[in-house]
Amino acid sequence: MSDQLYQERIVALAKAKIGAGKLAAPTKSVRRDNPLCGDRVTVDVTLDEHGKIKEIAHQVRGCLLCQASASALASVAVGRDAAGVAVLRHDAERALGRESGEAHEPFSAFEPVREHKSRQECVLLPFEALKDALS
Amino acid sequence: MSFDLGILRAQFPILAQAVNGHPLHYLDNGASAQTPLTVLDAVRHYETTSRANVVRGVHVLAERATEAYENARAEVATFLGVEPNEIVFTGGCTAAINLVAYSYGSLLAPGDRILLSELEHHSNIVPWQLLRSRSGIELDVLPVTEEGRIDLSALPRKLTPRTKLISLAHVSNVTGAALDVKQVVEAAHSIGAKVMLDGAQRAPHGPLDLESLGVDFYVFAGHKVYGPNGVGILWAKRDLLEAMPPFHGGGSMIGRVTFAETTWAPPPRRFEAGTPPIGPAIGLGAACKWMRGLDWTAVHAHEMALTQRAMDGLQKISGTRLLGPQSLQDRYPVVSFSLDGVHTHDVAQVLDSFGVAVRAGHHCAQPLMDHFDLAGTTRVSIAPYNDSGDIDAMLTGVEHAAKTLR
Repeated sequence: MSDQLYQERIVALAKAKIGAGKLAAPTKSVRRDNPLCGDRVTVDVTLDEHGKIKEIAHQVRGCLLCQASASALASVAVGRDAAGVAVLRHDAERALGRESGEAHEPFSAFEPVREHKSRQECVLLPFEALKDALS
Repeated sequence: MSFDLGILRAQFPILAQAVNGHPLHYLDNGASAQTPLTVLDAVRHYETTSRANVVRGVHVLAERATEAYENARAEVATFLGVEPNEIVFTGGCTAAINLVAYSYGSLLAPGDRILLSELEHHSNIVPWQLLRSRSGIELDVLPVTEEGRIDLSALPRKLTPRTKLISLAHVSNVTGAALDVKQVVEAAHSIGAKVMLDGAQRAPHGPLDLESLGVDFYVFAGHKVYGPNGVGILWAKRDLLEAMPPFHGGGSMIGRVTFAETTWAPPPRRFEAGTPPIGPAIGLGAACKWMRGLDWTAVHAHEMALTQRAMDGLQKISGTRLLGPQSLQDRYPVVSFSLDGVHTHDVAQVLDSFGVAVRAGHHCAQPLMDHFDLAGTTRVSIAPYNDSGDIDAMLTGVEHAAKTLR
């Protein structure tokens, strides 16, 4: 049932729009599209000399799940490098049931998406864009 | 002929199920329509009494299979008002367009031009781009109007002496707008260009008379006309098929094979290399026969009344925007819309929770989405077996999405 999918935490994350927007002078800006549904995420980052994220912003032309994921990611990405973001991705994968183990905040909010395999790429699209931005 | 909705729906047992605790309301017919028992029976009869390869066998089952396969070709031909030997069975509508792009396209010279439109499905864009890469032809594009119709006022300036083919959707898979075929055919033929129609969204809504339409190529898919998937058809005028080289090589499409030279079978076999989709083709023939048995004046009125009900209801929901013609004039029962502040996939997901199946996204028409600066739309596509309950459930779901997701 979709009412179970669109639970309060996911809707709240999407509406919070943490990090929504553009950076004035990003170190890198990456756009990723989901060719199946046309969703599009652009992630801007500024990085320090160690490759760690100083600032992050995103523009999402996508569904509520994609917006919520970008918002959750932006809430915990600052201070992390590529390896640190990969750790977050594992947490999201656990929430989606793709990896074993317990997911932590904020990505545990996406556990209702486990039963909706066709929507899981919506959650992961911001991670794909950020991974490219850090590569 | 008559039209009794109850009797009609009884032929589609898949509709009598619950989804997510609600009766199924299947409004994704533009993607794939459902299949009546008579079609399933035809396929089952072949598979259980006559399953064998076609054309070459001499045993009883092979004879039966060949006869059923050719009868299916005749049924499709009758549905289109053409000759059976002008019908080529393909793997689908996309496969049929690719066949024309490859085969007819090989007869074109660098600098020749093909005219498409901004609202085409990707399957009527990408095969021509591949041809352009192979052979140096050029593509031109007709714009769309704000109503989501192909803007035929642009025809005179888009046609050139080098235009060889105009390939357009007979009915838009996004807006439901029907093409003014007569105007296109007259303009094309006045300069010696051919016309191909992508009939994927028109063929599910009743028999056609291709001779009176005056087009040169027509394609559609089996699974959208209440038949099986894995099959579609290309129709082309006999002289065009005769002039076209094979697309795929293999068994059945040859006259004589030697290592020095191979000759081709006459059409349609020339374009049916290998074992064709026999069961699906037989099912498609049965579907065409089933469609010819409906009273399409009554069915069309029913479909368009549901279309109006959907449009009226959607317009009452705050923040909805309909994409496509605002009236029922020259359109078919496809209704696309956006809902301010709610992504189209979220709308579709909420509808699913009400047992309502619709399609959301770009509908394989990204240039059209770009034109309207939309990521996608939610699309309601209606078939003869739909009823007002289906539309009302959809409207309830959209209202719920509007209330809870923004």
